[in-house]
Amino acid sequence: MNGMSKIVKVTACVLLVPGIVFGLYIIMHGHLTPGGGFQGGAVIATISALLIVAYSDEIRGIMSRDILSIMESIALTAFIMLALLGLSATFFNNFMVNEGGLFGNMVSGINPGDLNTGGVIPLMNMAVGLEVYSALSLILVMMYFGSKKEVLEDAG
Amino acid sequence: MLANLPYITVVALIALGVYAVVFKHNLIKIVMGVHIIGSGVNLFLISLGYREGGVAPIYTHAPKIDMVLPTPQALTLTSIVINLAVVALMLSLIMLIHRRYKSIDSRDRRLMG
Amino acid sequence: MNAGLYKILVFAVLFAFITAAVVSTHPFGEPPSEMDDYFIKNGQNETGANNIVTSILFDYRGLDTLGEATVLFTAVTGVFMLFAGRK
Repeated sequence: MNGMSKIVKVTACVLLVPGIVFGLYIIMHGHLTPGGGFQGGAVIATISALLIVAYSDEIRGIMSRDILSIMESIALTAFIMLALLGLSATFFNNFMVNEGGLFGNMVSGINPGDLNTGGVIPLMNMAVGLEVYSALSLILVMMYFGSKKEVLEDAG
Repeated sequence: MLANLPYITVVALIALGVYAVVFKHNLIKIVMGVHIIGSGVNLFLISLGYREGGVAPIYTHAPKIDMVLPTPQALTLTSIVINLAVVALMLSLIMLIHRRYKSIDSRDRRLMG
Repeated sequence: MNAGLYKILVFAVLFAFITAAVVSTHPFGEPPSEMDDYFIKNGQNETGANNIVTSILFDYRGLDTLGEATVLFTAVTGVFMLFAGRK
């Protein structure tokens, strides 16, 4: 198969930018509004599904399995390292909260929401978002190309 | 009796899922039954944490301090991702079975091991 | 005893279990909530995030999130191994 017509391909490429920006917005504001790493990663993975549907067989050059696998491993390693960095007190210690540096403002009561708060939580949101996007895209690509092989010989 | 409507919905969902797992012969319908059971359990987890007259547990522009319980919502997020992983692996195994035996009927003698 | 009778028996037993479990919980709308009252009152001071669900997921119960990320990674490794093909 060659993919769908030219109008569908151009529309999918145009919808790429608002989709990724919306998903990144949900990931970044995870500590202020409902959302976070898992939900934002799933939103960006739907864009990947849209691209696979539009470009059926030409997707092999755009989304390679090696790059997605490397991104997923780097994101999971970053998540574990952020957890180990607070090892001075306990595992998963929030060592950047209430200290005034990056992501360190104090917060109390009902307020309109300040992006500079939260300690190590926004960094963990970004790592988990990248990992969920890579994992879901990899599952989709592997299942799509796995359904096209020939029949195995009957080995008895 | 009618105030417990979410619990009645949970029993109906899980009963539908168990019916699909026990009584159907197509392998894909059995996997969809497993997924429906998982969704019913997620609904049960969230509806256990409702407090009468509460709002969402977020302090940004909150109307009042009286909030619903946040812990079952966090556990449900984990449960959704784990259900997705299990169903993805099951569907991959069904694809391999079809590629090798050319049939996905669970009454087939070759698939019974 | 044919297969149809066994199926109806299994369905009836599972249905009885789930009904007993749902009936014996607390009535809808009045949950016991000591731990969650502590989270709602002190979550903002100790973690600095407005969203209490996110602070539970990543700060108070971070080990569960680590386990979930590992399960997702293992599932993707399994799918990769099944469809890799021979070379």
